[in-house]
Amino acid sequence: MPDRPDLLPRLGAFARLLHDAGLEAGPRRLTDATRALTFIDIKKEADFRSALRTAFVSRKDDIATFEAAFDIFWAPPNPRATAGVMPGRTRSLPLSPERAVVWSNALGLSSSQMNRQQDTSIVPETSSGYSAEELLRHKDFDAMTWQETEQVRRLLEQAPWRVAERRTRRLRSARSGSIDLRRTARHAIRSSGELVRLFRRRPRLRRRPLVLVCDVSGSMERYSRLLMIFAHAIARREDLEAFVFSTRLTRITRLLRQRDLDRALASVSKGVHDFSGGTRIGDALADFNRHWARRVLGHGAVVIIISDGWDRGDPSQLTAELMHLRRSAHRLIWLNPLLGSKGYEPLTRGMVAALPYCDDFLAAHNVQALDDLGRMLAGLDRRSARR
Amino acid sequence: MTAPASIDEVERRLRERRYIGDRGLATSIFLALKLEKPLFIEGEAGVGKTEAAKVMAEVLGARLIRLQCYEGIDLAHAVYEWNYPRQLLHIRLLGEGEDRRTAEREIFSSEFLLRRPLLDAIDNDDPTPPVLLIDEIDRSDEEFEAFLLELLSDFQVSIPEIGTIKAKQTPFVVITSNRTREVHDALKRRCLYHWIDYPNLEKEVEIVRARAPEAAEGLAREVAALVQGLRSMELYKVPGVAETLDWARSLAALGATRIDAALVDATLGAALKYQEDLERIREQVPALVEKARGA
Repeated sequence: MPDRPDLLPRLGAFARLLHDAGLEAGPRRLTDATRALTFIDIKKEADFRSALRTAFVSRKDDIATFEAAFDIFWAPPNPRATAGVMPGRTRSLPLSPERAVVWSNALGLSSSQMNRQQDTSIVPETSSGYSAEELLRHKDFDAMTWQETEQVRRLLEQAPWRVAERRTRRLRSARSGSIDLRRTARHAIRSSGELVRLFRRRPRLRRRPLVLVCDVSGSMERYSRLLMIFAHAIARREDLEAFVFSTRLTRITRLLRQRDLDRALASVSKGVHDFSGGTRIGDALADFNRHWARRVLGHGAVVIIISDGWDRGDPSQLTAELMHLRRSAHRLIWLNPLLGSKGYEPLTRGMVAALPYCDDFLAAHNVQALDDLGRMLAGLDRRSARR
Repeated sequence: MTAPASIDEVERRLRERRYIGDRGLATSIFLALKLEKPLFIEGEAGVGKTEAAKVMAEVLGARLIRLQCYEGIDLAHAVYEWNYPRQLLHIRLLGEGEDRRTAEREIFSSEFLLRRPLLDAIDNDDPTPPVLLIDEIDRSDEEFEAFLLELLSDFQVSIPEIGTIKAKQTPFVVITSNRTREVHDALKRRCLYHWIDYPNLEKEVEIVRARAPEAAEGLAREVAALVQGLRSMELYKVPGVAETLDWARSLAALGATRIDAALVDATLGAALKYQEDLERIREQVPALVEKARGA
């Protein structure tokens, strides 16, 4: 860009800003963006914006963040006039309220609302041994100390189960199965056209994807941290999509991907704004069914809902959404931490509405219960049809 | 036909072929052509992703090569396959005395090669580089994605018996996805990206007028307004532009020039594809129609 020698460093700074906001803005994209600008009239703001968008963005979810970053960095609209002036000194943010929210979320500026259970009482280190571990496995999550949750984390990470596989449409060679005409013919050609040997193939197996929809409303508060640890442990080794809800649904899949648990949990609490709020399970599932189901329920996914069923919403809505969800999932599992308590009966309005539509109703109050769940997931059918 | 020289020209040429896109799409297309990079188009079902590629082929005066993806798609379906039956026949017809080596060389020549879309897109004698449409990539699996990644980086394919075939000219690649699965970042990184959103009312009326000219102007506007209203109603399956067009055509076929509650009720299936959605919206048809007629 001979006429704009100062644009290149600004573009670099813009890429860093996008990177800080969580977009993938590496050197390849910066190069593309730079080259792209040589082909367009950068005085036209809309084209300038589109060119940078098409080079730096690669998923819909990032578009809003990009637009906010663009507004901030290249404002006011004419890039020629004040390109790259950073806001905040003399002007307020040139952002619409919606974009401002997106932007502060992307940078994690809003205050953390996830109250960590800071247990200050010092618990003597139990001698690590089978019996201590066994005790911990059966200890209710809501009665655990901070230190114990750390041990639970290790137990969960080492849990021996893997989710069951399903048959895919991709075939691979095998000893038995249907005849692989391609390889058989190929071999026959080598032997002057005689069918000397039959090759066979069968469907390749793949682990089923898991979709976790976890209630983090007020009544579930005691379990939230442990369940997030559980989600993080599964995300490390399975194909997992994770969502949390209390008054609304938030996808946390990408937040859980960080290797370090504490960092992952910190970004979850930063990214979720209604921890410990009220519960509207029906609304959350309606949101899931309309906006996420088609994206995450392919390939025979298993859906796990974790909630105590305390619902302030309309039970008939919950029923309708569960019916729909059940049809699009390979299997629908409801985990209820309260199911582990003595004398608990699933009589809350939400649970009564939900039960007929779930394939399984299991406890989730201690490590043992989560292990049972794991064993069940490991034993799922390979075939696709079930009901 | 020469390649478009500006964003304006892309926009104009798309419009001439009755594709009403937004300026952002025209910009992405123009840059993809200039930078010789694949264009990755995402959007909800029925917003015109595939159509964009088809129209681009017309705009460029190029051949459209389409690869429809599905789960388990492999190289034999996407790149090439030997014509085994013919090879077998050929080898069987050979006399006893003939040299096996020569025979093998013969049957592993391009004459016995079945060329699938990806090979065709790379190895052809087209006067203009073809448009390669890799449709609904989210339906394929990771293995295929990994292969595409390789193909799109250097536009070459190696066939062990023949050798490496390198593209003489880079095809214009358009990849579409409905987002039923997240496509890997590595693949997206090699592409320019564009998200096609639902059009606003004015654009949608324009699209109906261009694509379903049999619908009268008043009808086009009312149907577009009706669909815009439906899109804000939290449906399981939101109607796309394709549904708007179907609906406008259905109503036009019934001789309608305006909409009314009875007509809309009778043809609601053109827009809504889920029983739950149909049931819920049926109750609200009169109100929706009234609102759309006022738009």
